[in-house]
Amino acid sequence: MEGSAATPVNIVTGFLGSGKTSLLQRLLASPRLADSAVLVNEFGAVGLDHHLLRRIDGDVVLLQSGCLCCTIRGDLGAAIRDLHSRRERGEVPYFRRLVIETTGLADPVPILATIMAEPVVRHHFRLGNVVTTVDAVNGAGHLERQPESVKQAAVADRLLITKTDLAPAAAVAALRRRLERLNPAAPLIESDPARRVDPEFLLATDLFDAAGKSAEVRQWLAAELRRPGAPSHDGHHDVDRHDARIRAFCLRHEQPLDWTAFGIWLSMLLNRHGENVLRVKGLLNVRDSERPLVVHGVQHLVHPPIHLDRWPDADRTSRLVFIVRDLDRARLQRSLAAFNRIANPAAAIVR
Amino acid sequence: MCGLCGMLGGEHWTEEAAGAGASAPRRAERLRRVGFANTVLVHYGLRLDDWQGSSYVLSSRTGRSEIVATLVDAWQAAERMLGRGCDPLEPALIERLEREA
Repeated sequence: MEGSAATPVNIVTGFLGSGKTSLLQRLLASPRLADSAVLVNEFGAVGLDHHLLRRIDGDVVLLQSGCLCCTIRGDLGAAIRDLHSRRERGEVPYFRRLVIETTGLADPVPILATIMAEPVVRHHFRLGNVVTTVDAVNGAGHLERQPESVKQAAVADRLLITKTDLAPAAAVAALRRRLERLNPAAPLIESDPARRVDPEFLLATDLFDAAGKSAEVRQWLAAELRRPGAPSHDGHHDVDRHDARIRAFCLRHEQPLDWTAFGIWLSMLLNRHGENVLRVKGLLNVRDSERPLVVHGVQHLVHPPIHLDRWPDADRTSRLVFIVRDLDRARLQRSLAAFNRIANPAAAIVR
Repeated sequence: MCGLCGMLGGEHWTEEAAGAGASAPRRAERLRRVGFANTVLVHYGLRLDDWQGSSYVLSSRTGRSEIVATLVDAWQAAERMLGRGCDPLEPALIERLEREA
């Protein structure tokens, strides 16, 4: 419950042409990733030649920055297990972080599921930040037409709007508003080739980072202030639009929650509706615990809860940020309260 | 969820203790979990019991039973036995919990 020594795994995702490879090239050259391994689909696309230090074998190369770069052949789970055993045997330099680039058309959820649930992988690795690139020129169109693009944005912990130098400022602002509605819990960063990206903030500042976890939770909670339920300003209300069915909201529960009753509720909810719960992140005031508890999950999968050392602000209300497809906030709120009454029959009924 | 959890030493998230000092012993917490689950399962005519502190047995009134490792497995087994979904958002279940819990 107190964090983990497991190797963090970052996922870099984004639709075709959204700037994933450019981002990776910049990250690969950074000395901050010196003790990292990167799994890419093919070396050619990343253009490693001028970074190359030596080729370890056909699938693994060592870069001048110290970063290890490998191609994924076939199954991702097998690629991670192979990299792990090579590290254990000392055949590749010891890496403390793994970064995985997805293909542009990929639904990122099965990749997240591999990290969180694959029996061997989940004992040595843990999910780190998911970074999603959305390009300012074509991103809005992808969100409208490509369901994978919506999922990529919805599961992100960091959203990077790329090619902002190539799009009109109004288009960038409209895309920003749209992404904020879709995933208000993820910080949005605008990026162009002239601007520096901070690898630390993109990849390393997360719930398991002792210095960063309180800040990370504050980021989610700021989502409430951005009023994701507020009406759209860009005039698009087409219900056929892929992101129109996806909404983000925050449930609040005033009284301390019973963890056991909460576990029954969330496990039952995700069993039945996991497909439609793209992301859930919560800060819980749990009975019998002085410290707040953090839970986070992706579709059917929930990461073991983590205790924060202290509350990030004066508010002691339990807060759960949901990013869902076709689920009703009021129904969820009422259901959560009803299940908590199993442990605390005196608690108020929420209508 | 994965049946190897126990073998590989990983605790399912629903089995984690919430209190910093784990106020209730694991076994007592487990029995409490079973009791709470039954408050929900009675809605479907099903019942959960602890099985040797390591698994659970889900049974129906008609005598069907299934051993499950975690709560998640229990919901999946319940749906198989019932031939329909167990939905925590179902109004009749919510009203029952509001009325009787």
